[in-house]
Amino acid sequence: MKLRASTWQTVGPFFSIGMKHRYLADIAGADAAGERIAVAGRVLDGDKAPISDAVLEIWQANAYGKYAHSEDAQDKPLDPTFLGHGRIPTDIDGAFAFTTIKPGSVDLPDGRPQAPHLVVGLMMRGLLRRLTTRIYFPGEPLNESDEILQRVDPARRKTLLLAPHAARTGHFRWDVQMQGEAETVFFDF
Amino acid sequence: MGRILPYREFLPGTQPNYLHSPYVSSLRRSPTKPLVRVPQTLSEITGPSWGAKDVVAGACDLTNRHSGSPIGPRIVVSGSVMDEDGRPLASTLVEVWQANAAGRYLHHSDRNSAPLDPNFTGEGHTLTDSQGRYRFVTIRPGEYPWGNHHNAWRPAHIHFSLFGPAFATRLVTQMYFPGDPLLAFDPIFNCTANEEARNRLISRFDWETTLPRESLGYRFDIVLRGRHATPMEEADRHQE
Repeated sequence: MKLRASTWQTVGPFFSIGMKHRYLADIAGADAAGERIAVAGRVLDGDKAPISDAVLEIWQANAYGKYAHSEDAQDKPLDPTFLGHGRIPTDIDGAFAFTTIKPGSVDLPDGRPQAPHLVVGLMMRGLLRRLTTRIYFPGEPLNESDEILQRVDPARRKTLLLAPHAARTGHFRWDVQMQGEAETVFFDF
Repeated sequence: MGRILPYREFLPGTQPNYLHSPYVSSLRRSPTKPLVRVPQTLSEITGPSWGAKDVVAGACDLTNRHSGSPIGPRIVVSGSVMDEDGRPLASTLVEVWQANAAGRYLHHSDRNSAPLDPNFTGEGHTLTDSQGRYRFVTIRPGEYPWGNHHNAWRPAHIHFSLFGPAFATRLVTQMYFPGDPLLAFDPIFNCTANEEARNRLISRFDWETTLPRESLGYRFDIVLRGRHATPMEEADRHQE
């Protein structure tokens, strides 16, 4: 018997009622291994107006490049305190912020390494189904060969890269633009 | 290090387009450039798994969170969560939120003039059991007006959020009630082209879970993306 997946519907403007019990902006917690990073940004609509009713869901590997999931068969250690899931709403200015650790490189099925990245699910009022994107790290040598990044028009790749803060090490900026010249790259898989 | 078993593509027409102009909020919030098609990697076929420690016991009952009972017809909403091969999905986190019986959400940005109910928050969550089943006790939410177009009213609905086994299986949807006359006019319900897929968002009245002198039962089964029958190397997949 083949069934068909249920259809998506928008989260609408009131999702915080049901989702806030699992809001988490400190993804790694205090005890996780790895290099600490802080990411802040805004979500902007086609008029560059802030989107105050959006929520981001982040999923990432630990500092060794291993996911806390039974299907990750890579020979890499788990980090006992690290799940790697965050859920962060935007505020009245469309702003969000989270802290985590930089994930290690995760292998492709053929053994080639992916560049370190976070996967991001984005939901909001006005979005009838989730959009997904990825966050990559600037200056990472593996970015040059990353299987997913190679599929993105080079002119648009910068929408997926964190921008380092001028003065504060480990602090980054990452904005999401739904439309326009600097429209964020979203993926279909 | 081996192969991965990717999740299947959605059947065309069974999911909404991002831009659906009758739903005005989608105009400035939907991407204008095509999505970039990519192969699934470990990052997409893994995802957070939740356990008993992640849920509040009793959070599946939305009617007993306060000192008194909420106003409105009491209902039981239950169903099964499965994949496209009909396999039950156990221990999946299911989250719900909804308006009260008057059609008002407990949320600062809900400007509807209908009253709040001091005995109703409208939040629930639970884990599916070993057979993929869930069950919520709640009250029937009210229909409510919204600003999408002149005299716009949302049909009664309950928001559902599910994770499933992977980042790729995430689903947020809305459950509607049978016979609601507003369904035909609702741009959100009607955003999905495929009529059969759309109508699966409508729960069905169910005598089996209706409790005498207590509550009406509604059934709402949920299907998450299934997997391809055979594992594929990434390279094969690129050539599909």
